[in-house]
Amino acid sequence: MEKFSLNGSAKTPTIHFDGDTGVLEFSGRSIPENSVEFFAPLNEWLEVYQNHPKGETIVDMKLEYFNTSSSKCILDFFKRLEKINGHSTTVRINWYFEKDDEDMAEAGEDYGAIVSLPFEIIEVDEI
Amino acid sequence: MAVTEVYEFYQRMEDERIILSFKGEFTAELLTSFLNILESKMIELRIDSSKKKRVFNVLIECFQNLYHHIAITDYNDDVLEIKKSALVIVKHYEGDFIVRTGNYIENIKINDLRRKLAMVNSLDSDELRGLYQMKLANDPRTDKGTAGLGLIDIARKSKSKLNYEFIEIDEFSSFFCLKVIIE
Repeated sequence: MEKFSLNGSAKTPTIHFDGDTGVLEFSGRSIPENSVEFFAPLNEWLEVYQNHPKGETIVDMKLEYFNTSSSKCILDFFKRLEKINGHSTTVRINWYFEKDDEDMAEAGEDYGAIVSLPFEIIEVDEI
Repeated sequence: MAVTEVYEFYQRMEDERIILSFKGEFTAELLTSFLNILESKMIELRIDSSKKKRVFNVLIECFQNLYHHIAITDYNDDVLEIKKSALVIVKHYEGDFIVRTGNYIENIKINDLRRKLAMVNSLDSDELRGLYQMKLANDPRTDKGTAGLGLIDIARKSKSKLNYEFIEIDEFSSFFCLKVIIE
């Protein structure tokens, strides 16, 4: 399957989603004015992927910071994953946060409380 | 303004510990420039990364508000031009960052904004987190496509009460002043 690849900018994250390995990585910052428009291609890609997903889908979230508009889009994306979880793939989220960045750790816990997906909150020295 | 008054103006800004300010129309590109300048400044001031992110988050949401919610109608073009303009000031004093914004707002929108501001100010950090989670999970997007979480996020990240004031300009509009302290 084709890979979904988006290089980050000052306002948008780098996103790599490899359909052959089932690994999706988000990194950088997500502060676009129009988050809905920004996330649309990723959601479309997920719709294709979910027809023939890998046995395990791993999502690595390594965000530096994000705006509230993106937070809603990230939740929408997790909810899409929640729907496919347990059907043809097992979804796992790794939520990374930089040492001392309690806000980012809390954000991960908040998502973990809202969606029923296995969430791991992982502390790292640097993102 | 007399020529030498520029010096007084400069000195005033210096006394006020203003490290960055902008007055004019808020565009999408402005935020990027603003954050870039501030990023270098933070490195120079050796601000730790988590505080930097808190200041950035507050600024990002303030910008988002200024960018999306400045909509003054019922005016002729000249007045509209002025009223779309806003002010943002960042101060750094004894380790604290202070973000101040000023913008025109339609009087009919004040009650709603006052209600939101009073609500976030009445909540402690756990309650703010609960409200954020609840709204994130349940609320639909606003008609502007935003999440309606901006003020809650500003309050959470700043960890302080929001200071605000509305100055009435005329029967249609007021000037909204917001002050956010990030200790």
